[in-house]
Amino acid sequence: MKILTGNDLGTGDVIWWAGDGWSRQLADSVDVGDKGEELAGAEEAALRVVAPYVIDATVTDEGVRPAHIKDRIRALGPTVRPDLTLKPNDADAGNWVI
Amino acid sequence: MVEFLSFREGEATQEPAVTVESFTGQSNSTAVRIEAGEDARELLPYLDRLSLVEVNFPAFGDGRGYSAARILREAGYAGELRAVGDVLVDQLVAMRRCGFDSFRPDKALDDDAAERALNRYADVYQKTVDGRRPVWAKRHPENVNG
Amino acid sequence: MYRYDSYDQSIVDTRVEEFRDQTQRRLAGQLTEDQFKPLRLMNGLYLQLHAYMLRVAIPYGTLSGKQMRKLGEIAAKYDKGYGHFTTRQNLQYNWIKLADAPEILAELATVEMHAIQTSGNCIRNISSDQYAGVAADEVADPRPWAELLRQWSTFHPEFTYLPRKFKIAVIASEEDRSAMKLHDIGLKLVKRDGQIGAEVYAGGGMGRTPMVAPQISDFVPEDEIISYLEACLRVYNRYGRRDNKYKARIKILVHELGVDEYKRQVEEEFAHMRILGLNPPTEELNRIRPFFANPAYEQGLSDDLDRSDPAFALWADRQVAAHKQPGYAIVNISLKPRGGIPGDASAEQIELAAELAENYSFDELRVTHAQNLVLPHVKKADLYTIWQKLDAAGLAEANLDLITDIIACPGLDYCSLANARSIPLAQKLSERFASIEQQKDLGELKVKISGCINACGHHHAGHIGVLGVDRKGVENFQLSLGGSGAEDAAVGQITGPGFSEDGVVDAIEKVTDLYLAQREEGERFLDTYRRLGMKPFKEAIYG
Repeated sequence: MKILTGNDLGTGDVIWWAGDGWSRQLADSVDVGDKGEELAGAEEAALRVVAPYVIDATVTDEGVRPAHIKDRIRALGPTVRPDLTLKPNDADAGNWVI
Repeated sequence: MVEFLSFREGEATQEPAVTVESFTGQSNSTAVRIEAGEDARELLPYLDRLSLVEVNFPAFGDGRGYSAARILREAGYAGELRAVGDVLVDQLVAMRRCGFDSFRPDKALDDDAAERALNRYADVYQKTVDGRRPVWAKRHPENVNG
Repeated sequence: MYRYDSYDQSIVDTRVEEFRDQTQRRLAGQLTEDQFKPLRLMNGLYLQLHAYMLRVAIPYGTLSGKQMRKLGEIAAKYDKGYGHFTTRQNLQYNWIKLADAPEILAELATVEMHAIQTSGNCIRNISSDQYAGVAADEVADPRPWAELLRQWSTFHPEFTYLPRKFKIAVIASEEDRSAMKLHDIGLKLVKRDGQIGAEVYAGGGMGRTPMVAPQISDFVPEDEIISYLEACLRVYNRYGRRDNKYKARIKILVHELGVDEYKRQVEEEFAHMRILGLNPPTEELNRIRPFFANPAYEQGLSDDLDRSDPAFALWADRQVAAHKQPGYAIVNISLKPRGGIPGDASAEQIELAAELAENYSFDELRVTHAQNLVLPHVKKADLYTIWQKLDAAGLAEANLDLITDIIACPGLDYCSLANARSIPLAQKLSERFASIEQQKDLGELKVKISGCINACGHHHAGHIGVLGVDRKGVENFQLSLGGSGAEDAAVGQITGPGFSEDGVVDAIEKVTDLYLAQREEGERFLDTYRRLGMKPFKEAIYG
């Protein structure tokens, strides 16, 4: 699948396109098919996202998984600071990015 | 919005600028255009007959034109020195400091923003060719070097 | 410590308001990201993986307790309670909101700090020796010249859109603690016939094509340094490559022209420029110099140290360096705790360092390019108290210049340019070599890790260097040996095929085992490597 991601213009938070808006949770991502670039342009112009880009991802048993490690780290947070990731109570969350 | 900005007295030079190559070759033109990467020093023998030098900025991040301008002013060129091309509001101050006294940007500039930018900093740290006294000269007014 | 006068303060305050205006225009949609990006980068604001990152300049690595305290307050108030000290002696905040950036800069300006030119293709923060002013072997304190250069380079109109970034270091000792020859320009102050001047080195750098800078002048008199640098920069600005960002640094220009031709062009330009009155008068250097005068040391203090507490003695032997003043010492504070993140410090640790500086070090701190802190003027009688306070805050690691004193860039955990994670590898190495006895036995051994070819972790200059690469989406690590950032600067050689994260830890242990087996009396790792060459190490690793 193709999913759309970027950062929130004001906060810089990593965000994922969830179909009707943006989410902080990768799990909310939807397949944007071939509409990614168009969506990205419109959302950027509307100041809702900065530096948006389309990535490949797959659906696994654990949910949506971006194809590249960089986006998996973006989805989780810094693996060296588990307390600052989106899964602060899961000590093994960092293994998911590898 | 403003398409041409000049800090010179009187009319801007209207003569079309020719390339450095044709200028130094034969021309009796008095206006020349320097492209990024061309050597401003080739013009030094002709400064007296020049009334306009245009310096082109192909992209705002290409800073070669700043050196070209300063070299011409350091050599005593007193005619119009015009920045053309990708010239943006946030570059105006640095260009003025390097000796440009007119601007014809590809995209028109916002007058208010340009004025704000040009008047923003009361002080500068370097001596260049714009006649502004650097901070070190103000700190040591007894010294003639400023 | 240099203090701003009304001119310096006004320039920094004006920059805050200019950036506030630019940020508001961006948030209101009057600037697109393409237009805003170069503006925010000129002020050290990046968009990284998880948020905006703000890089704050710490000019020549010197700061006061008040400035340090402000850095801690900002970490607590606007970030997630910590900051990261970098190999450029700066501090980075990882979790900044765009709308907060102008306010943070305004707070920094209240303590005479800024983020000016901490990014962009301009002259960056001037770096210097963390022992400046207290090193016994220096010709003069290099910081007055560094401050002169800070002012000269701030908003320099001709050199704001260079082909690429430009880094300058100033030192004044034979021993090079600043990797001076790995800068775009390195200045080494020297004395000739009683007059101070600079040896000038040009075209060093790391990145994709590491080079040790050759000397281009053996003496530029101190009152002509500015105009000489203007000449160096002008030649680079005019002729440095702009067609390929990987070939745009001055090192490529110097290399392609040849050092003699570059030097000739600089001399030619210098002949034009030296008569233009570009140099500040001697009075200006004389105005700056007293800010860096010796503090009011107490006289007649004892050099004795009570070493009865073995844990303290261990720390003191490692972290305390000789001071030029009897009864005083230089304290190195390690930011490399076992299993920790190199260079990170919590808001509370930053606050403690500020307090120690104010109470015990004449209100002064330094940041080192190895991502540690320094208290430059400590009474030996206060060392035990300081050690206790550091120990309580997790800052009493005794590993200066040892194998666990690792330099690491933020890597793929934070950085949008990175290809691999640097920090987890540093943590694993730190655990593998945790035994302090083993570390001491290995002696001076500088490990430096970069998460991509840009080499922010200085891997080329590591006695042992590691470069993280992306191999088909999987993190992979290349090992290199024999680099040095010191006065014997050298670029490390790659051992061979890369490794996984665990694999490179094993490989490094094979390297250190061979060193222990083969070293001769008094040899550091680097000496043994230089004597034996790559071959036996390669065999030990891959054999």
